[in-house]
Amino acid sequence: MRFGVVIFPGSNCEQDVVHAAHHLGFEAEYVFHRETDLAGFDALVLPGGFSYGDYIRCGAVARFSPVMSEVIRFAEAGGPVMGICNGFQILAEAHMLPGALLRNDTLKFICRDTTLRVEKSTCQWLDTAPGTVLHIPINHNEGNFICDHVTLSRMEDNDQIVLRYCEPDGSRAEGGSAPNGALEDIAGVCNERGNVFGLMPHPERVVDPATGGTDGQAFFTSIVGTLAKVAG
Amino acid sequence: MPESLSAELAPKLAVELGLNPSEYEHVVEILGRIPSITELYVYSLMWSEHCSYKHSRKALRMFPTTGEHVLQGPGENAGVISVGDGWAVAFKMESHNHPSAIEPYQGAATGVGGIIRDIFTMGARPIASLNSLRFGTLDKPRQRYLFEGAVAGIGGYGNCLGVPTVGGEVYFEEAYEGNCLINAMSIGLMREERLMRAVAAGVGNKILLIGSTTGRDGIGGASVLASQEFDEKAEDKRPSVQVGDPFEEKLLIEACLELLDQELLVALGDLGAAGLTSSASEMASRGGVGLDIEVTKVPQREENMKAFEIMVSESQERMLAVVTPEKLEAAQAICEKWGLLSTVIGEVTDTGNFVVRENGVIVADMPADSLADDAPIYDPAMTRPAYLDEVQAFDPATLIHPESVAELTETLLRLLSSPNICSRRWIWEQYDHQVMVNTVVLPGGDAAVLRIGDTGRGEMTTRGIAVSSDCNGRYCYLDPYRGAQIALAEAARNVACVGGEPAAITDCLNFGNPEKPEVFWTFHEAIRGLSDACTEWGIPVISGNVSFYNESFGNPIYPTPTVGLVGLIDDVSVTATVAFKDAGDVIVLVGETFDELGGSEYLKSVHGLVTGAPPALDLELEAAVQSAVRAAVRAGIAKSAHDCSEGGMAVTLAESAIAGGIGCSVYLDDDLAGVSSLFSESQSRVVLTVAEGDMDGLLEIFDANEVPFAVLGQVGGERLHIGEKIDVDLNTMKLIFEHTLEKLVGGEMQTEELFEG
Repeated sequence: MRFGVVIFPGSNCEQDVVHAAHHLGFEAEYVFHRETDLAGFDALVLPGGFSYGDYIRCGAVARFSPVMSEVIRFAEAGGPVMGICNGFQILAEAHMLPGALLRNDTLKFICRDTTLRVEKSTCQWLDTAPGTVLHIPINHNEGNFICDHVTLSRMEDNDQIVLRYCEPDGSRAEGGSAPNGALEDIAGVCNERGNVFGLMPHPERVVDPATGGTDGQAFFTSIVGTLAKVAG
Repeated sequence: MPESLSAELAPKLAVELGLNPSEYEHVVEILGRIPSITELYVYSLMWSEHCSYKHSRKALRMFPTTGEHVLQGPGENAGVISVGDGWAVAFKMESHNHPSAIEPYQGAATGVGGIIRDIFTMGARPIASLNSLRFGTLDKPRQRYLFEGAVAGIGGYGNCLGVPTVGGEVYFEEAYEGNCLINAMSIGLMREERLMRAVAAGVGNKILLIGSTTGRDGIGGASVLASQEFDEKAEDKRPSVQVGDPFEEKLLIEACLELLDQELLVALGDLGAAGLTSSASEMASRGGVGLDIEVTKVPQREENMKAFEIMVSESQERMLAVVTPEKLEAAQAICEKWGLLSTVIGEVTDTGNFVVRENGVIVADMPADSLADDAPIYDPAMTRPAYLDEVQAFDPATLIHPESVAELTETLLRLLSSPNICSRRWIWEQYDHQVMVNTVVLPGGDAAVLRIGDTGRGEMTTRGIAVSSDCNGRYCYLDPYRGAQIALAEAARNVACVGGEPAAITDCLNFGNPEKPEVFWTFHEAIRGLSDACTEWGIPVISGNVSFYNESFGNPIYPTPTVGLVGLIDDVSVTATVAFKDAGDVIVLVGETFDELGGSEYLKSVHGLVTGAPPALDLELEAAVQSAVRAAVRAGIAKSAHDCSEGGMAVTLAESAIAGGIGCSVYLDDDLAGVSSLFSESQSRVVLTVAEGDMDGLLEIFDANEVPFAVLGQVGGERLHIGEKIDVDLNTMKLIFEHTLEKLVGGEMQTEELFEG
């Protein structure tokens, strides 16, 4: 299993994703934004950070990066792509995922642990049972997910909502459990096919138990299982 | 020879630029002629207090600067210590007070940017930041603006870079109202053999300017902002504040580390205060060589810039490298890869002179070492301030104190809602404190713990460092010698609480105008105190910064010698946090409580007084307590460890209970009055918890270290119960402790109302 981890100028969580993959015994290598050859990678991760400084809308510049047309081709061929935080913002800007990420409704950057409920979805990146509550930190200024109601109901019909912010017992608070104001407490979504996945929380931060929990491990191991099934 | 100014104009301009008449005469003597305008600007900056340390240099010689871990002491961009297995960390703390008092977001942001450049200049990858902040009280809208802006600026810059902000401290005191303090500390990791020094060498080598273009921003920052007091014209100084671009800095980090990895550089320096002038002249002076710079080569972002403007601009995110002609192409290719401008602006010469040309015409020609080393050194006059006798003679026993359980409980709640004690969660949740996945102990404890490892790029280890920054300015105001020692003691104690052994410190010495004898006396006493304690405990000072002229409308701030300490941990899997863990665990106090309410948060919060003698500090006892605590943590016996500081024993117990979500029942068996027993801020105290079965092991450790101790009680329940003194449920405390800061910042409530509500 070989992950490709894309580095845009301003990415800053790429080394954490590589560490997470290594910790779980997988291969992972960096892919610089000027690359146009993605041969040899089984799955791609767009990491967190501030691509190109994110001085205009987050991800708005990165989507035009040379590597992105290859990422789109990779995904169209069925290759799995996960965008974490800024990576999610880039995938949304590139229209590889529905919706958009607005500024947090608190108007503050937020770095804290969150509880997330796994929803029933077609996402190839997560095989954890629906209803499971995970502890994963968030770290962003623009994580306030939004989309129009047509898109929302299509996402619901197609099981594209992968993760929701929730209370520690798995319930959703009246008025919302999202720390950032996200519509319907949405923390992670996938495309219809389930191979492209974006989430605001940082699973790579809770893979190595020395510095966190282990709730993020499933986000790296599930896709390996999915690919094995496809290959088998 | 450059064109000299007229004999009438030159001395006048010199004074305007901040040189005094005798300093001007000295410049004339060195050059053997009247200086040119560029030379005058260059000397005025290089000899400013900020760049030359002319008032502090002598006193700083008291510091011990060597030790078993030290690889690089003071004098470079940052100090470096070895942390084991060939790994080293570079660290330094620096002030950005004056710019932040004018424009808090950019002031704080560029403060972070500047100190981080100092770290990767040494060849180290920045792995953590801390910040030490001081503001006036939050009932004033201006102070809320400054505080909120500074926190947002620190977060905005550090978060973008992907360097975790893992710790720090903040106090709100009237004394900082006109002059806030923003002290930023950065820590970087490298292999020992990669240590890089900013020493220019090799005649014919190229001077490469990397990064941002140069504009008029920050012109005269070092002399205008950092070396003068504030008055009502402070707002006019806004154009002197630089604007930060963290994205550019992130690219600089990656490009510079790659340049060093591939061994393409002879030397690397950052452009900070006094810009190109200071960076280039220091590199030349250290290398005993000359530099020849052509200013028109410098990429400019504004039109018609004068030579002197280019030389002194403090535009951010720029680095200066020395490269051999053979490696120039490869070096520039790496800069291009990262989308960075890199331009050859001059070369190393054998003249020993720092020469500046404009279109080939010499506009400045100065001996390089005269800029860096010939700055005047002063022996300022000192007088013990008159107020000290009065404050130190104050006896808190003359006040009327709360006595009943209800009164004492209410007092504890009042302290938990003090902005100087309440939870700092509102701050650190705005900082990315986990990126690089090495943060073992998160903010909110006594000290942060970081694993040593080159995440995702190289080797990971089980080693770690523990870091803490501390300074109680009140203590330093009441007794600068002892206050400075307590700053170090508390930092070291915090580090001991997570199992760390102090290795070295950096300091950021914030004081008023050194030309006032009373201010300089407090500075000198603080340095003497810190030096004595450093020497006694074998903790060297490896880097630091002096910030003078922290006054507004003639009133100096509290003397604030902030200490940033790095300690070593062999195994990061064995550490401790402040949180109580399990019901039935035994609570033990290491150390002893005395009747010491002078300078306490209790006196301030309840009586509105900042007076009395600060708590005593016995250097030997302090070392023994730290050693015992460290041993208990490292043995894996201590399930929690929390240092007793502001607010005393009651606040320490409350914080551990709130953090653990579990109460406790204790009895304080001392002969003190309730307030002293609960709120005295006696030093050299730590509260530990251990499983009952580990008590024997703990007692052996106490015995070996010959420390006084007392068994206080047990963890359990949902209340904080301190026999015959305090009884309150956990939730009441938690609500007050956790939400005070956010409510004060929001301007929703004053502390007083919050408490009554």
